[in-house]
Amino acid sequence: MKSKIGVYICHCGGNISDYVDVNKVREAVKDIEGVEISVDTMFACADSSQKQISDDISKKQLDGLVVASCSPKLHYPTFSAVAERGGLNKYNYVHANIREQVSWAHSDDKIGATEKAIKIVKAAIVRVKESVSLKPIEVKAQKSIAVLGAGVAGMRAAKELADLGIQVYLIEREHFVGGRISQLDYLCGADETGKELVTHLYEKIHEHTNVTLFTGAEVIKKSGSIGNFKIQVKITPRFIKNECNRDELLKAIEVCPVEVDDDFNFNITKRKAIYRNYDSEYPQKPTIDNKNCTRCGECEKVCSSIDFSQKEEILDLTVGSILAATGFDPYQPKEGEFGWGIGNVVTLPQFRRIINMCDDKLIYKGKEIKDIAYIYCVGSRQVDGDNKYCSRYCCTATLYTSILTHKKYKDIHSFHFNRGIRTYGKQEVIYDEASRLGDIFLQSYEYDPPEVTKLNGKTNVKIEDILTSGSEIDVDADLVVLVTGMEPRNDCSIGDVLKIPKGRDRFYNEIHMKLRPVETVIDGVTIAGACQGPKNIMESMNSALSAAAKSYSIVNKGELSLEPIIAKVDKETCVWCGKCAEACPFDAISMIKENGKDIAEINLSVCKGCGMCLPVCESNSIDMDGFTDLEIESMISVLAGS
Amino acid sequence: MNISANNDLPKILVFSTEKISDPAVDMAGLLKLHYPPRVYTIPIPCSSAVKPRWILRAFEQGFDGVFIAADGTDCPYGESCTDKTGAIVQRTQEMLKEKGIDAAKLRMAAICSVCSEAFVKQMKTFTEYLVKQKTN
Repeated sequence: MKSKIGVYICHCGGNISDYVDVNKVREAVKDIEGVEISVDTMFACADSSQKQISDDISKKQLDGLVVASCSPKLHYPTFSAVAERGGLNKYNYVHANIREQVSWAHSDDKIGATEKAIKIVKAAIVRVKESVSLKPIEVKAQKSIAVLGAGVAGMRAAKELADLGIQVYLIEREHFVGGRISQLDYLCGADETGKELVTHLYEKIHEHTNVTLFTGAEVIKKSGSIGNFKIQVKITPRFIKNECNRDELLKAIEVCPVEVDDDFNFNITKRKAIYRNYDSEYPQKPTIDNKNCTRCGECEKVCSSIDFSQKEEILDLTVGSILAATGFDPYQPKEGEFGWGIGNVVTLPQFRRIINMCDDKLIYKGKEIKDIAYIYCVGSRQVDGDNKYCSRYCCTATLYTSILTHKKYKDIHSFHFNRGIRTYGKQEVIYDEASRLGDIFLQSYEYDPPEVTKLNGKTNVKIEDILTSGSEIDVDADLVVLVTGMEPRNDCSIGDVLKIPKGRDRFYNEIHMKLRPVETVIDGVTIAGACQGPKNIMESMNSALSAAAKSYSIVNKGELSLEPIIAKVDKETCVWCGKCAEACPFDAISMIKENGKDIAEINLSVCKGCGMCLPVCESNSIDMDGFTDLEIESMISVLAGS
Repeated sequence: MNISANNDLPKILVFSTEKISDPAVDMAGLLKLHYPPRVYTIPIPCSSAVKPRWILRAFEQGFDGVFIAADGTDCPYGESCTDKTGAIVQRTQEMLKEKGIDAAKLRMAAICSVCSEAFVKQMKTFTEYLVKQKTN
């Protein structure tokens, strides 16, 4: 038990002392057994005060420290560092929050605030008395990183890490790189197409000796922990030989008798069972769709590069960190949603593919399109559905698409049925340009969306337009374009393998959206791009570089210090019922045999210190430093005291 | 009314969570959203880590009510948190009943990191409930 404790009570200018009688607090605790020194200070965080505290620790040989000031979210790291500078183990420091949770919360009741502050400081003192010195857990870190997903975010992150000298395993589930961006033939605000952007990135990683690319590959198993993850990668065969004849392969595509919906073109066209999505696609080899191939043998007759003997492979890799950039799925409208299913209603991704396929005239299902109705926020900002979020990219993408239709085709009329245009930042000029081109904007509230009906071969869109004081306006459209938003990947099995938590929006969740925006609670696993939430390309690139920097910081030194606040088992009393292992969301607990007895063992580098195992242990054999029964119950007694 | 002058007002122990609900309690202070000062908070990593014995201890030592400001679906440690915290509350309420303590004196609600108003509302209504129980 600590017996030489320093207690420092901050005035925070007047933020605390205007409402809390700081002198009274100091007087109330100065004679508590074990308190060596109690001091009030105008600003505990000031350089001079920090120096005073660290000097006191070393000169008076303090063995415990309490600082009563603002929220620990703000200055816990500050005073932890002060403790260490004075020679005190930082786990023998306890922070008491008497600003946010006392002086500000009870600025209407100075006496009550002072009484509460006294109890909180006393509780901190009993807690620090029971505290133990801890050492960070030191582990070795592999200087290699797995980047999951070879879309633009994944490839950009891979290139950055490779440039920094890290061995990168770039693992892509599809047989081609580029992800969703390769489906874009034009990019807002850029002179290059999505395909060109993908090619540019692919060439950079292809020439880099530090990047190993696996296509048709996915992580199916993960074990280990930060610094030393073991991952198992399943690689599905392409059924094409490494050395292949390009002309013969083109012939093989031609003769393949199997036709299936082409998901690259969002099912508006068909493709063969042996296919490539576009000419310049990387890697520059087609693949055989194993699910739909009938093994009729027609392709083998004309192409010597086909190899059906290729087998699925399982590869074991060891990496120090994992960066997940697994992307998104476009929202798929439900039957009847804004006319979906009535013929001339398409989604924005489909419409962009149609534009790519039509040169002089915009044709859909054999009919020339002149009047286009765009309906915004389909699958985003839902009132009744789960997708409450804004998908961010779609307003700009739609307006840019509209501008392109004006430039590419004659006599186009665009009607934008929106709920407020969100072309934020620099993208506002796109809105301006579309307006100048004569586009019509009609707006409704979320609870009164436009109605789509089919009348005499035309599709009619009706709205009560709030921009014209609720006038009922309707438009006969040749084509209705549903501006669909982003959704989390339908197949999120990789998240289950890595155990990345999801947020309320079902995208992968960062620890803190502002302070730790690319880290997950799984130490060593970072997230980037649209798997974390809707993002445009620029935002995805930003997060990719941020995640790359964070993952790099984990592995670059070759060793790591981990937080030691983790669960610990009392081997004497543990009788292994297995409930702790069931409760642990990270598989950090397993059974071992020790001295002929089955007991629980905590994997130190896997345990996250969540404490979920604590309350389920019937023999009360699990504790956690910082949150032991002794510490918590001592605090409860003090706080309950009259 | 200077409520601190009334020492009969109920004492409430709040288990908040370091990453989710404690920031909301902090923000209530930042926004000067006042609530009774006899509300004391102990931050823990996750609401699914509260041991029933800590809650029982609180009642034994004189707390009138215990409130778990749960992570809910925002829990950074996983989706199972709400169910696990709910199970702890249910189990502990059974224990309280066995001891003849009103089970409603243990409450739980999900408090997200910006749910300051919800937290303050909970504290006010819980205090009112406990005052009624005391006077009945």
